[in-house]
Amino acid sequence: MTNAVQDKVIKIIAEQAMLDTSEVSIDMLIEDIGLDSLGLVEAIFSIEEYFEIDIPFNANDPAASEFDVSKIKTIINAIEELVSAKVN
Amino acid sequence: MKRVVVTGQGTINALGIDVASTIQAMSESRCAIGQMEFTDINRLNIRIGGQIKNFDPKEYFERQELSLYDRFTQFAVFAAREAILQSGLIFEGELSHYSGVILGTAGGGLQTQDESYRAVYQEGKNRVHPFIVPRLMNNAAVSHVSMANNLKGPSFTVSTACASSNHAIGQAFHLVRSGAAQVMITGGSESMLCFGGIKAWEGLRVMSHDGCRPFCATRNGMVQGEGAAIFVFEEYEHARARGALILAEISGFAMTSDAADIVMPSIGGARRAILAALKDAKMNPEEIGYINAHGTGTVANDKTETSAIKEVFKGHAKNLMVSSTKSMHGHLIGGTGAVELIACIAALKDGMIAPTVGYEKADPNCDLDIIPNHARDKKVSAVMSNAFAFGGLNAVIALRSI
Repeated sequence: MTNAVQDKVIKIIAEQAMLDTSEVSIDMLIEDIGLDSLGLVEAIFSIEEYFEIDIPFNANDPAASEFDVSKIKTIINAIEELVSAKVN
Repeated sequence: MKRVVVTGQGTINALGIDVASTIQAMSESRCAIGQMEFTDINRLNIRIGGQIKNFDPKEYFERQELSLYDRFTQFAVFAAREAILQSGLIFEGELSHYSGVILGTAGGGLQTQDESYRAVYQEGKNRVHPFIVPRLMNNAAVSHVSMANNLKGPSFTVSTACASSNHAIGQAFHLVRSGAAQVMITGGSESMLCFGGIKAWEGLRVMSHDGCRPFCATRNGMVQGEGAAIFVFEEYEHARARGALILAEISGFAMTSDAADIVMPSIGGARRAILAALKDAKMNPEEIGYINAHGTGTVANDKTETSAIKEVFKGHAKNLMVSSTKSMHGHLIGGTGAVELIACIAALKDGMIAPTVGYEKADPNCDLDIIPNHARDKKVSAVMSNAFAFGGLNAVIALRSI
């Protein structure tokens, strides 16, 4: 399941940044792929819609979110936790 | 006071997705009103409208733009491209600081509201798209036209129901005439053809289920349309100095309020607006050759408007050509005056007098030359555009050829 979540999140983020999925890797920062604050908000929305989860993300102050939204890796980790919490 | 001229125009409406095709359709007396298509239309009694069907926004906008553009914003940004391209203006440096945008709309992002309410109320969803607010706000179209074209001067939205565009155009005219702005982008846009939009109008019992026939004895109500028209208003000397093509001169504008009834029009309010626009333009009534009427196709408006025109123009009323192009493109509510200004400019520039189509039978209460069913080829040098809104707010524009 882990890889499925990761692949889907990367796909959504890449699509939002208008990049090919091969250009987005798990070690990149959100700012590296040219996603602005609105783009990130929209990507989070798409991820919530797809996985049917609620992501605790504060757009006023992204640093105040419950997880680090500046890195793709931490976003994926947080979503994996939310998805598995939902399944359980 | 400065003189104000039009150096660019653009439109998208049910008759055409640019100015040339719209004028062509008007000159061929075509009616673009037909069966509408959208979610839940089978729950409506009113199913006809002037809907734009040959427009795929994906062809004209990026994905990020589409996530922020309600349909009314798409129409405005699209029509503004045509208008600004025609003007040949590029907004940079000082010019961008003295150029702004004023547009009319009544419903704003109504499509966005309709879809989102459906999602949360009907489908029981608890999450909506993150950009609902910036998409539905009434100034979204103005802000996106401003951002897309680097217009940094006075910019705002005017919302006065069916007179929104004429009021917006009047504000833009005043800013250029006073010298406060060098160039203003103005006009209006509307997109109310959705379940909630039509259902609300249906409730008012003023909509026709079979067609828009202004000034005709068999008229039975209005028919809605959608779209936008956008104009470039420029200070005359500025336009001349750069050798711009001048389409027409905006020579006068006036507004009045009936202070009487929230939906019924008044002869007095309309008459005072027409008279004041003539005075503002320093025109004799006899100079006016054509009036683009408000002409909604309701019993009340068309009778009242005829009386107001006859009271102002007296003997000249029988020589005047008066038509309602709503019979072809439908009533665009907050965008209607803008699309109708295209017909006014075509009358001045090309002598194309747009018709009132769907005309079946004379009404003694509407005994004007309403250009029934067929466009006319006749030169005119001064024209007017009337808009009389729900709420009794009236706005009339006077134009001259140049």
